[in-house]
Amino acid sequence: MLLELDGVGRSFGGVQAVQSATFGVAPGEVHGLIGPNGAGKTTLLNLVSGLVRPTSGAIRLRGRRLDGLSSHRIAALGVTRTFQNIRLFPELSALDNVIVGAHLTRRAPLWQRLVFAPAAGREERSARGRAHALLERVGLADRALERSANLSYGEQRRVEIARALAADPAVLLLDEPTAGMSHGEVESIAALIRDVAREGRSVLLVEHNLELVMGVCDRITVLDFGKVLADGAPGEVRADPAVIAAYLGADA
Amino acid sequence: MIAALQELFLTYQSALGFVGINGLLALSVYATLSCGQLSLANAGFMAIGAFASALLTQHTALPFAAVLAVAALLPALVAVPLGLPVLRLRGVFLAIATIGFGEVVRLSFVNWDYTNGALGLVGIPQRTTLPVVYLLLAAAAFLFWRLRGSRFGYALEAIREDEAVARTLGIDSTAYKLGMFVLGAGLAGLAGALDAHLTFMVAPSGFGFGRVVEMLVYAVVGGITSFIGPVVGAAFLTLLPEVLRALGELLGMEAGPLRLFLNGAILLAVILFLPHGLASLPRLLRRWRERRKGAALAA
Repeated sequence: MLLELDGVGRSFGGVQAVQSATFGVAPGEVHGLIGPNGAGKTTLLNLVSGLVRPTSGAIRLRGRRLDGLSSHRIAALGVTRTFQNIRLFPELSALDNVIVGAHLTRRAPLWQRLVFAPAAGREERSARGRAHALLERVGLADRALERSANLSYGEQRRVEIARALAADPAVLLLDEPTAGMSHGEVESIAALIRDVAREGRSVLLVEHNLELVMGVCDRITVLDFGKVLADGAPGEVRADPAVIAAYLGADA
Repeated sequence: MIAALQELFLTYQSALGFVGINGLLALSVYATLSCGQLSLANAGFMAIGAFASALLTQHTALPFAAVLAVAALLPALVAVPLGLPVLRLRGVFLAIATIGFGEVVRLSFVNWDYTNGALGLVGIPQRTTLPVVYLLLAAAAFLFWRLRGSRFGYALEAIREDEAVARTLGIDSTAYKLGMFVLGAGLAGLAGALDAHLTFMVAPSGFGFGRVVEMLVYAVVGGITSFIGPVVGAAFLTLLPEVLRALGELLGMEAGPLRLFLNGAILLAVILFLPHGLASLPRLLRRWRERRKGAALAA
């Protein structure tokens, strides 16, 4: 397993947002994380990305403990993310957002820029080029110079994905990437997710659109009230009586 | 006659000196503002640079360049252990903590007999010259200019916009914030030394809360979207009283209260009508002219 969660729990005061969650994400796997509202999905992504620290359990990437590390260290080890409530840098252009995302992949000593070294110019052009290519990949090449606050909802979500990919992560965490998108846009996001997995990256996907989840995920973990309810291939999870009960009510 | 001319030149020379020194002070506040941190410790750093340099000049034979280097490095060194804890604070809490630091520094000098307490040091030789002031201002501006658009500059912008998100992209925000805090301290110390060797004196009363607010106002009036704003703001606000005085004398008016009123009115107008500062004026004018051209074509 590339990413392992081992009995991970987090309580806020008396509320157990996540309780002893245990599952793993294999390299190149698209792993869905579903469950009713308030099941703890976003908290789980916050735990993995270091925005929130677990109160119990361990999170490992390639066997290395992530829990307790600050979020910039976790990113440097290869985990980046998008946000449910879009959090682009609003004053920056779409392109500049993606260039910021490439922070970890850039080797650009400041002194080179101070002395106008040609290497600094080359490095900047290459970072810009890569950022442009990523925007093209999410279908936004023609919007590159637009201030990100002026982009549509769906466009902003796609810039966030490009920004997270710019760090060249081993694991990409997506928090409801298609919320508020049209059907056509959802299709293109599904294709993008599959494409990212083909590059060998793992994707941990929190999503309410079950059609998308069933379509793109290799494996699905179902959370309910902070606990893992089921974990398996899409077909198994869909047939699981406990999952059906959680989604449709106990009587169904 | 010659003496009078000489005096006139000296008056304006010091005014131009203050334009440059205040430019450095405005940039020292801009350093932390550029990554979204409102730090008001800079009057304290300025005091450290001013007193250290004055003592060195009075008690050693160090060349001025070395004195200036110490005046920049000493507050920068102080900024490291100060910054590590206080930069964990956000927004107004950081402002309050750093104001506290400034007051501690000022009161320490007030109570320190070695620097003559509240009276401070007098009779400091005048070693500050205009070329030195403007060379240092140009160097600081150059640094900020080259930061913009670099990997470092992008990291600062990201921290300013959303620090938590910047961290999830691998940006070690603590290191960057500390770096800019230290840079700001160094610039303030440098400005303090230049000021001490231009005005012949250093007194703790010159480094109170009002001083750091002045620096902040230079930056905000000039505009903080780039390093140009703070420099422009400092020049404008330093020269405005001088220009108004000259104007009043030309018109033969008893300027006093009217001058203060005009000074305040202009400041207010800038803040009301130029939210992005004086430095945004050329862009606004260009847009206005284009719109007028467009209207003329339509008519």
